[in-house]
Formats: sequence, C-alpha cells, structure tokens
Amino acid sequence: MACLLASVLTITLLAFIVGEILFKAWPAISKFGLGFITGIQWSPNREVFGVLPVLIGTAASSFLALLLALPLGLAIALFLSEDFLPPAIRQIIRFVVELLAAIPSVVYGLWGIFVVIPLVQKYGALVAAKLGFIPFLAGPAYGNSLLTASLVLALMVLPTITAISRSSLVAVPYALREGSYALGATRWETILSVIIPTAAPGIVASGILAFGRAMGETMAVAMLIGNSQRLSWSLLSPSNTLSALLANQFAEADGIQVSALMYAAALLVLLTLGVNIAGEAVLRRTQKATAGLR
Amino acid sequence: MTTEASQHPLELTNDFAPGESNFIKVDNFKFFYGKKEALHGINLEIPSRKVTAFIGPSGCGKSTLLRNFNRMNELIPGVHHEGDITIHGTSIYDPSVEIIALRRRIGMVFQKSNPFPMSIFENIVYPLRIAGQNTRSVLEETVERCLRSAALWDEVKDRLHDSALGLSGGQMQRLCIARAVASRPEILLMDEPCSALDPIATAKVEELIIELKKDFTIVIVTHNMQQASRVSELTAFFYLGNLVEFDNTRKIFTNPSMKQTEEYITGRFG
Repeated sequence: MACLLASVLTITLLAFIVGEILFKAWPAISKFGLGFITGIQWSPNREVFGVLPVLIGTAASSFLALLLALPLGLAIALFLSEDFLPPAIRQIIRFVVELLAAIPSVVYGLWGIFVVIPLVQKYGALVAAKLGFIPFLAGPAYGNSLLTASLVLALMVLPTITAISRSSLVAVPYALREGSYALGATRWETILSVIIPTAAPGIVASGILAFGRAMGETMAVAMLIGNSQRLSWSLLSPSNTLSALLANQFAEADGIQVSALMYAAALLVLLTLGVNIAGEAVLRRTQKATAGLR
Repeated sequence: MTTEASQHPLELTNDFAPGESNFIKVDNFKFFYGKKEALHGINLEIPSRKVTAFIGPSGCGKSTLLRNFNRMNELIPGVHHEGDITIHGTSIYDPSVEIIALRRRIGMVFQKSNPFPMSIFENIVYPLRIAGQNTRSVLEETVERCLRSAALWDEVKDRLHDSALGLSGGQMQRLCIARAVASRPEILLMDEPCSALDPIATAKVEELIIELKKDFTIVIVTHNMQQASRVSELTAFFYLGNLVEFDNTRKIFTNPSMKQTEEYITGRFG
C-alpha cells in the first residue's frame, strides 16, 4: 500500500514538473513556435531566441562522449566479466570505476579546468596547425570547447556503460560459452562471436542510457564547454548544451527570456525522457531474450 | 579447413577403420577436482561406430569421463589427471595435440540445448566460420547435410535465416546435434541429451542417435536406463568413480555379472 502510494506520488510529481515547465514555457512556445528549434540566433537583448546551435551542441557533445566512452567501457566490462585477471584485482577495478560515478559533477568541472583545458589548448593548437584544413579540427584551440566537455563527459558516463555492459556480459549463459569451446573455438573467438553478440542489446542499452546521462549533465559541461551559441564545425571551438545554457542564464534572466529558457528546458526533458525510455526498453527486451536462453 | 586438419595426428578420416574395437582407449585414468579424486583408475575400450552408454547414479563420474574425451573438463580451474586416453592410438594429452583441433574432431551435445542467439544457418556454420571457411556454397552444402543428418531439414528448410531461438526445445537440441556434426567429427559425445525434452522429442532424438551411429562413434551419458537399453550396443555402469561393469547392453540389462549393476538397473538404488 505504501509502495503504491509512493509510486503514485512519484508519477504525480513527474507530471507536475513537466506541467509546470510547459506552463512557464507557454508564452515562448506560442510566440516563437517551431522557429525556436530551427533558429540559430540567441540574443536576449533583441528578444530573439533560437536553440539550433545549442541542440547541435547537446547532441554532438553527448555523441562524442559516447564515442570515446563506449569502446573503453566495453573493454573494461569485458575484463571484469572474463577471468583474465584474478578476482581480487577485478574487484578493485570494478570498485574504482563505480567510484567515478560518486564524484560530484562540479569536481569533474574543476578537474577539467585545471587538467583537460590546458591539454586541449596545447595539443589542440598543434593539431589545428597541422590539420586545421579539416573543418572538425580547425583552430584556434580555445581550451573551453566541445572536445573538452566531451572528454570529461566520457569519463562521467563510463561507469554507466561499464556497469550495464558488465551485467549483460555476465548474464550470457555459461552453456553458450561451453558450446562454443566444444566446437573448437578459442577464447577470443568465443568472446567476439558468441559472448558479445549475445550481450549486444545490453551493450547498446548501456550506450543509450549513457547518452541520456551525458545530455542532461549540467555543471561540469557548463564549466568547460565555453557557452557559445555560435555554430561551428570545429571540435576545438566553444559550444553549448541545453543544460549548460539553462544553468548559465537562468539566474539573470527575466521576462520572455525566462519563458524561452523554460522552452529549452522542456526540450531537454523531452529528449532525456525519450532517450532513457528507449534505453530501458532495449534493456528490458534484452533481459527477456537472455532469460529465454537459460 | 580439412587441409589444415589433415596434417594433424588426430585427423582420422583417411585411415579410419569401421569396427575398430579399441577406438577410444581409457588407460588407468584418474581425474581430480582439486584434491578430490572423481575417477579412480578407469580402464575402458570403446569401439568405433557403435553407441556406448554410460550409466550410473549422480556423481558416479560418468559425465566427468565423457568430458575428458574432448578435454572440456580443463575449463574448470584446479583439475588434473593421471593415466591416459588415446583415440585411434594417439594420446589426447600428447603435446602435439592441439586442443582446438581435438575438439573439432569430437562433437558434443549438452544436457540443455545451447543454440547461439543467431540464425539457424549461422549456428550450423559456426564451427566452419571459426575455422576460416566462408565460401557460400560450402556453407550452404554443410547446412543442408547437417540438418538432414539431424532430421531437421524438412522442418526448417524454409526458415534457415530465422533465429534459432524460435525453435521448439526438441528442435533446438536437434539443431545442436546438427551443429556438432558440422565439422565432420568422428566421435559424438552426448551428455544426457534428452533430459530436458518431452517424450515425443526424446523419441525423435533417440531415433536420430540410432541413425547417426552409421557415421559416428557415439558415447552417451544417460540417467534414463530405458534410453540406454533402447539406443546403445554397449553399456558401462559407473559407481562412485569406478567402472563397475562394461559389456553388451543386452547382457547388462538381462544378466549383469556384478551385483551392484543388477541392483542399480532393477532400481534398488540410484
């Protein structure tokens, strides 16, 4: 009974939050319509609000973070689920990776400012000098950039990827491994041809959920991404995300700008909810599928 | 694949003699899980192209012995053995024997069917693919041959590229048999292959076993004594890690020499 009450309360709360955001966003929604999403100017003084560069920044930073974190996270998950290493060492690695999730976002932001930004400035300038003709690598290399934010985000979503991938790798029935060995497969053939494909939906789900986490991540990104609403192809240029935009501008906003920020918040909620629901759906289907293998 | 394997000491196809009486020879074989001795000096000669059944109560060592023939037990940490097992005169523990090649010459079917979550087609060609065989015509020919020999072809020929997980329990087990014969092994090991199947599916698999012994040397572990008497020509009765009696199946089930055997098959213990 208490459980039922708590879940009803949670659902009501979620509906209330979304409702409140939409209510506050309504003036901007009715005024700017879909032009808000396709517009590339964000100029509060002129009351022109378009979030396309920010939407692109959100998607790009999250995608880049995922691109960096997925191979690494999968590799760690594999080493944690196989017995290449003694159990004690695996336990330590697992603990350390889980600890990454416990570090506050603002600390990642500070670390990014003191460690990652100087690195990106130094090596970014070198890369831009040599390969600047490629639009993605064009200079100048400001430290605050899409790349900086993505590097730190990659580290932040690593525990999500590792934990979910590991549990889906562990869930692969031993009988499949045994079957593969009995057919004359080596360990790596078994891992690459049977274990990973069997766990693939879970690995995909881990990626989707990590993507969702990266999109909503605020503090560290706001400290590192440079908060620029200008469109740029270069990974070394400053950019912005929906969550960082909200964090940076909300305190000083008034009038229609508040409403415009609420509109942006509604988009963010819509995107993260969508991505998380998709991730959970894939994960659930996976669990059903592997249950059938037992 | 075959050219690579034919340079191998365990490639048996060329000089394989049907009716060989000591095809698999177990010589004073002891097996240990850590310190625990699970098999106490087994001596046994298994003839080719016959069905040999291993029976006995749980924990008697019958599965342990079976799983040594393709060295699957070595996946368990902390195990070791004494004595020897030879197949066609070559020790399976000879340093020149590659475990991968050995397992390719010996098919294995498990208690619970274990199809991979891929298509029926890809399940069967898996052993070929890992051996580097990707020629379409060879793969297609193998799939048809294996499914026919597992009596599954007519049931699945129109949905070869559907997931194997959509098959019924009995079909899955026959698919695993088809997969086990894909790399043309000489020996087929079956570890209680029907224990998870209903009686109708069991009857089909038993029929299949009798059919397959024309081409394979089959060793089957079973808890079901009726099954042993239906499908096998020879039966070995194990008890507490010892081979108690090994003889013609008919003799074991009608006139066993040992009192323990008689007590087990008449259901007085086990």
